[in-house]
Amino acid sequence: MKLVKTLLATSAMTVAAGAAFAEGHGNMANEMTIVSWGGAYQMSQTKAYFEPYSAMNEGLTILTDESSGDAVTKLRAMSEAGNVTWDLVDAVASDAMRLCDEGLAMEIDHDAMLAPAPDGTPASEDFGDMIVSDCFIPQIVYSTTFGYRTDLLPSKPESVCAIFDTDAYPGKRSLEKRPIGNLEWALICDGVSIDDVYSTLETEEGVARAFAKLDTIKADTIWWSAGAETPQLLADGEAVLGSTYNGRLFSAIAEQGQPIGMLWDWQMLDLDGWIIPAGLPEDRLARVMDFVYYATDSQRLADQAKYISYGPARQSSAPLVGQHAELGIDMAPHMPLDPANSVNTFLFNYEWWANYRDDMDAKFQAWLLQ
Amino acid sequence: MATTLQPYATTGQRIWFYTFRVLCGLIFFYLIFPILVVIPLSFNSQDFFTFTPEMLRLDPDGFSLKHYRDFFGENGDYSWLQAFGNSIKIAPLATLISVSLGTLAAIGLTQPHVPFKRQITALLISPMIVPLIITSAGMFFFYANIGLQGTFAGVVLAHAALGIPFVIITVTATLSGFDTSLTRAAANMGADPLTTFFRVQMPLILPGVISGGLFAFITSFDEVVVVLLVGSAGQKTLPWQMFIGLREQISPTILAVATILVVVSIGLLTTVEMLRRRSERLRGMSPS
Amino acid sequence: MAQNDSTTGGVMLAADGTPLKKSLDRALRAQKIRALALIAPLLLFILVSFVFPIGEMLLRSVQNTVGTDYIPDVLPNVVVELEEWDPASGEAPPEAVYRAMAIDFSAAFDNKLHTQLGRRFNYETPGMSSLFRKSGRPVTKLDPESGNLKEAFLEIDKDWGRIDYWATIKANSGRYTINYFLAAFDAERTLDGIKLKDPDERVYQKLLLRTLGLSLVITLCTLALGYPVAWLLADLPARTSNLLLILVLLPFWTSLLVRTSAWKILLQEQGVINDIWIWLGFEDRLSLINNQLGVIIAMTHILLPFMVLPLYSVMKTIPPSYLRAAKSLGATNTVAFLRVYFPQTTPGIGAGGLLVFILAVGYFITPELVGGADGTFISNRIYYQFSASGNWGLAAALGTVMLVVVLMLYYIYDKLVGVDNVKLG
Repeated sequence: MKLVKTLLATSAMTVAAGAAFAEGHGNMANEMTIVSWGGAYQMSQTKAYFEPYSAMNEGLTILTDESSGDAVTKLRAMSEAGNVTWDLVDAVASDAMRLCDEGLAMEIDHDAMLAPAPDGTPASEDFGDMIVSDCFIPQIVYSTTFGYRTDLLPSKPESVCAIFDTDAYPGKRSLEKRPIGNLEWALICDGVSIDDVYSTLETEEGVARAFAKLDTIKADTIWWSAGAETPQLLADGEAVLGSTYNGRLFSAIAEQGQPIGMLWDWQMLDLDGWIIPAGLPEDRLARVMDFVYYATDSQRLADQAKYISYGPARQSSAPLVGQHAELGIDMAPHMPLDPANSVNTFLFNYEWWANYRDDMDAKFQAWLLQ
Repeated sequence: MATTLQPYATTGQRIWFYTFRVLCGLIFFYLIFPILVVIPLSFNSQDFFTFTPEMLRLDPDGFSLKHYRDFFGENGDYSWLQAFGNSIKIAPLATLISVSLGTLAAIGLTQPHVPFKRQITALLISPMIVPLIITSAGMFFFYANIGLQGTFAGVVLAHAALGIPFVIITVTATLSGFDTSLTRAAANMGADPLTTFFRVQMPLILPGVISGGLFAFITSFDEVVVVLLVGSAGQKTLPWQMFIGLREQISPTILAVATILVVVSIGLLTTVEMLRRRSERLRGMSPS
Repeated sequence: MAQNDSTTGGVMLAADGTPLKKSLDRALRAQKIRALALIAPLLLFILVSFVFPIGEMLLRSVQNTVGTDYIPDVLPNVVVELEEWDPASGEAPPEAVYRAMAIDFSAAFDNKLHTQLGRRFNYETPGMSSLFRKSGRPVTKLDPESGNLKEAFLEIDKDWGRIDYWATIKANSGRYTINYFLAAFDAERTLDGIKLKDPDERVYQKLLLRTLGLSLVITLCTLALGYPVAWLLADLPARTSNLLLILVLLPFWTSLLVRTSAWKILLQEQGVINDIWIWLGFEDRLSLINNQLGVIIAMTHILLPFMVLPLYSVMKTIPPSYLRAAKSLGATNTVAFLRVYFPQTTPGIGAGGLLVFILAVGYFITPELVGGADGTFISNRIYYQFSASGNWGLAAALGTVMLVVVLMLYYIYDKLVGVDNVKLG
């Protein structure tokens, strides 16, 4: 870890921007492949991180690959073959934990490698609980929540259980084609308290109960697998209610003026951030470290929130969050953790899903086929 | 003739004739309509795939060239042009490999007395038959092991393999109508095999080679499953970008791209059709 | 006896004096070699770029690995000790097995393989992934020399005493395994031997049958739509038919993604077709997409050219005089068609039908984009296992099953039609 030593020795932590820091590393690669999710989310990263960073580093080419959905598999295969072509990967927390467990992601010393808050608070404190894995550099808090057509429903839904109420809210629903989230909502709406949801799911009867609840809307459900589908389905009127990432809904509502409303009740919170593949050659690693130092400081994380309504993962970024870059509206009320939005929330239970994901998934697929 | 009308046709035959024609017309409509419907939508001024009320009223505000401008990078995002550039680099190289190796092999296969001819032909055509998901998963692992995964060369090789069946099929079809006495005549008159090939055989089978090449080209140009797995960010092709556009961001720019591609395919198709006629003329077969 | 002039002792000689038979043999051999030499470069190319990759994938369906390591190499001591233990005894393995596990597990932990091991066993016995994850650090703290490791393991987690877990490890002691194929056929190992899973957990049988069933429906649809079109094309004068042939070929030349997204736009509930339906005065909108119907409509469209072209090339060779002759001999239109015309087109039906069926079975993109939950094919599940779930062994086993089905169909196609008779316009 030559880099870390250099960092500590020159106390680069006090250097605000990456440019000055880059001078000490003449051997940085001038090409960097960043893997992300595509769509509005990647656009926000492009505007907030990639473009300003490229402007500061002449001759640098940033390639993007929209493979975050398959990040674990592709990285595993690349590493098996000993030929990792990615330099930085945007991953949800559960994928980051898995990659870390398997030694595919590099362990991060958050205080040494990342910028402190403007007031000098070390990065590890500034990120706090968001650091859910040793390999994870948190970026945003997002949620999977529901949007509905304001003009096609007889009344405004207030509770997430509206998805199971086909009498009061007739029409198609769109749900993600995986068990995560759906099983939790099914149990919550079947009267299980949030604290008991996961212990209930550990029993055969609990799983059967969740699927029985989902059975009631199976015929009315369109299953999505990409985050853009629900906004499209809602915009087309194909679905009247549907789950997706809150940022996608924000962009359909605020940027595209679609007649869609947000239903924040029992939103499922999750984290997303960077991981660095293990075993990068020195010059590429130096480039990535330089980029990450820049792109995860308090101001940059707050900048991303100008383009998409995901909450920055640093506490020190919260006060810096301003207005939407083009629309000029305040972004804070559109964030998942805004007090008005977070009355009922639950956190995607990484530990539990890591243990039961394969099992639940097999059951879910079999249920879909019935 | 069952499907043409004779002057002495009975009423029943007339009814049958018109019903049949209408039926065929509907089927042709089914074939073409989905392709045509894309074209007006690509001028949609909105970001979704729907006919807006403005469009249906033919209100000029409902239409715009926005998605075409996005394709050409006027919004500062050059990813579509880059993808187009990659496709334009990968497809011709893959075509070149398929066509050169494929034509040689097709000539070999149409010689008299080829051992294992049936088995070899079956093997060479199999890339068209084996489900793409199997091909691409296999290539993903194998190319990763030999360092070709995520490289330009890897994608070119993979696409060349997929294009080969088309070259084999079209070139052997041309060669099967080839009069071998022509090459014997050339040899008799003292031409060496290379001269015979380039001066006698090649001009005659050229239409078949070109049309096979166009098939191979369009295969690479349209291929998405293999490139998603074998390629990486540096080899993002147009179909790859479109697939992301369909799955991840639902950008109607893909309809603009689609329209451009439809125009290109009409051009290519016309070329193939003209080549086919020329080939038939050269081989002394009348097109009727 | 004129031909005997050039023989010496009964052997026919060529111009250069060698026996004719030998000379012909040599010429034949030279011809064969020349033909093979022309084919060889491509053959080599296809082997490397296409056949080897598929072979490698097939191999993965039986390799018993975590990452790049075979399981017996990761758990060397456990594998040896488990040989003595019989799951049917109804008792948890002896102390020696636990000691071996303490040693092997710590080594696996250091190589970051323990969670992968857990995931690997979890494919067969749910729950093992969590056991291995949770036991990670605690097991490395155990002292392999201590005498009561069994108790120590049970203290970390009581599931270490589960016989079915140990039976799973024992069943995976070899470098090669048939377990992925068992899973691909919805079977599993239980303590009482190999059994089929519960009927409502049989995913892959259903998917395979659905894939074959939908492909058959799609093939029949292409036949129903392709037959009249091909007939019309064959009957029309060449100039008109060539023009119409372009209409058939245009979809074939248009990007698959373009065609699929076009169908998405047309078929959705608020789409063009439903709008016309409502305009015609119907009350309810039709569900045409995100189900099997959507897949059938879109794939029939996409595969139709593969049916029309072989039919057309067969029909073109049928002289129209046959039908006229039949009719002038008194046959009605229907009889003339059924007894005279139709039988002559069966080779085209066979060629087109098999080709469409083979291609349909392997489809991936279209079912993915318009299939919804009940219109997906086995390809989609293979992709899911390959990419999202990361169970490469199962993906490979499913791929192998599918490949066998396709190759069998291809073999039939070759026998009936001949691979050199594929037509592309």
